[in-house]
Amino acid sequence: MAGSTPASATGRPVGSGAAPGANPRLPTGPRSPARETWRKFRRHKLAVAGTVILGILGLAILIGPFLWKIPINEIDFAAKLKRPSLEHPFGTDDLGQDLLARMIYGGRISLAVGIAAMLVAILLGTLIGATAGMSRGWVGAVLMWLTDLFLSLPQLPLLLLVIYLFRDALKSVFGPEGGIFILIVLVIGGLRWMPVARLVRAQFLSLREKEFVEAARALGASRSRQVLRHILPNALGPVIVAATIDVALAIIAESTLSFLGLGFPPDIPTWGRLLFDAKDNLDFAPHWALFPGAAIFLTVLAINFIGDGLRDALDPRRVL
Amino acid sequence: MIYYVIRRLLIAIPSLLGISVVLFTVLALAPGDPFEELATNPNVPAEVRAALRQKFGLDDPVYLRYWHWINAMVRGDWGFSFVSRVNVDTLILQRMPTSLFIIGMSQILALLVAIPVGVYAATRPYSLFDQVATTMAFIGFSLPTFFTGLVLILVFSIWLDWLPFVFRSDIPAIGWRWVWEHFKQSIMPITVLGLALGGSLTRYVRSAVLDVIRLDYVTTARSKGLGEKVVIVKHVVRNALIPVVTLLALQMPAIFGGAIVTEQIFRIPGIGSLLISSILANDTPVVMAVTFVFACLVVFFNLIADILYGWLDPRISYR
Repeated sequence: MAGSTPASATGRPVGSGAAPGANPRLPTGPRSPARETWRKFRRHKLAVAGTVILGILGLAILIGPFLWKIPINEIDFAAKLKRPSLEHPFGTDDLGQDLLARMIYGGRISLAVGIAAMLVAILLGTLIGATAGMSRGWVGAVLMWLTDLFLSLPQLPLLLLVIYLFRDALKSVFGPEGGIFILIVLVIGGLRWMPVARLVRAQFLSLREKEFVEAARALGASRSRQVLRHILPNALGPVIVAATIDVALAIIAESTLSFLGLGFPPDIPTWGRLLFDAKDNLDFAPHWALFPGAAIFLTVLAINFIGDGLRDALDPRRVL
Repeated sequence: MIYYVIRRLLIAIPSLLGISVVLFTVLALAPGDPFEELATNPNVPAEVRAALRQKFGLDDPVYLRYWHWINAMVRGDWGFSFVSRVNVDTLILQRMPTSLFIIGMSQILALLVAIPVGVYAATRPYSLFDQVATTMAFIGFSLPTFFTGLVLILVFSIWLDWLPFVFRSDIPAIGWRWVWEHFKQSIMPITVLGLALGGSLTRYVRSAVLDVIRLDYVTTARSKGLGEKVVIVKHVVRNALIPVVTLLALQMPAIFGGAIVTEQIFRIPGIGSLLISSILANDTPVVMAVTFVFACLVVFFNLIADILYGWLDPRISYR
């Protein structure tokens, strides 16, 4: 693509045109790839802002329960549907339960689901993509056909269908909270691996023909060593970006399920569940919906910005 | 072109079959028995139960059951809703037009926003307009539909009281008044869905235009003395639209997801809210059929995207 314009101004690379040492303000000499990435990442202002926001949210969720000691299920009808005040900074719901405490608890679940589902999707996607990328015969073709098939499945209806059919069985085995957690993570991850598989396969197809892999092959490296030591580390850049975006998508998926009333049980206040409960009281308690909604939005936005920054930092030529 | 369309149609069949296999596998793996009610009812003797199981083929091997199921689906015999006591296909056909109207209009809205904004931003890369547009697009696709829906209801229905927040299919009016009422109640759902779509579409249009705008044939068009407008609209946009069509098709599954949420928020009587209410009411035939319909719609829209390719880039249909 001769003369095409890179999609992002911040990604206009120092590394691709000039030699790394050409910029006089920066120390010369070899730098580790991680530091180089960090240096480029820092130039993406919105990504840095996203990191800060996500850091604050993460910290609030982690240490919040130690500072804000009101239990999530303390019912107080005297303080029902209160607007935000000093006593209840985020207000209360229709049972007088403190919304700040509930949101801290819900944030832990939302983020845990997001990260766990991302891990499932990445592991599955990398495994399938790597297998398809390394095989030269029908295995790769079949796997890619499967990937395309899964890509054209309607995700949310299928997600709802699986949860509808398997909900009770898993609940009886792992308990109401654990069962739903495992189910949601597996299903969201199981329906999100396809883009990763495609990415990894494309990377593998081009990398496995590169000279350094050939050199490793000539030196007698086994197939698994070629993949694990030489190809996979070089294919990781886009995968890391996809992983970041996947966390955001998984958080949205979990919130959507809870918002439809089909996610976690009512006594577990995930952010989506709070919105589900709040939506019928919108006219006299808007704060109840606005705080969890804003939390989901901020988290997703921050993660997306970080993903965008990482994309620029890891591969400045990538346009999409 | 006709051959191209036929070839695409033939390719769509295996993917429909694949989807039906996935759906049926999920159903077959699911624990529980459709005859659970009969099993726990002491008035039904064991022989009757066995005879019923025999009659409905529940003890057949899996591949036979799949064959019967797919046969019934293809013939349009989709079963009987447990809850509303109507044939499933009538129920779905009743609900379908509303859903398609909302989805279609929001797609059009998203395109109407995304193409001009994306193209304008790409012709002036890194300008103020470009930066504002890309940031807004980012915010747009990070906003979950359920949150935008609630905020719009809060602002326009509750605070300003301009728009109704419950979608009614039985508006008691005729003529222009009906059109006006319908328009008013459709604004918010279409905006919510269109916004969710428009964000990523804008970014995609922008990067697609950036990819082609510096290519040699664009310079050639300019050096022929064509006006800037002609160059952009006829030479750049038409070629940039090809990958955009791919994205539209790839986004279809996500759009249906958004449509389900939107229908639920605004209580639109479409197939999405039908799916949710049937899940909450344990109405398995309807749940299965709606999921299958969604899958068919995805395949159908992919087909349309393929045909659009052929029109946008005639080279593809001759390959």
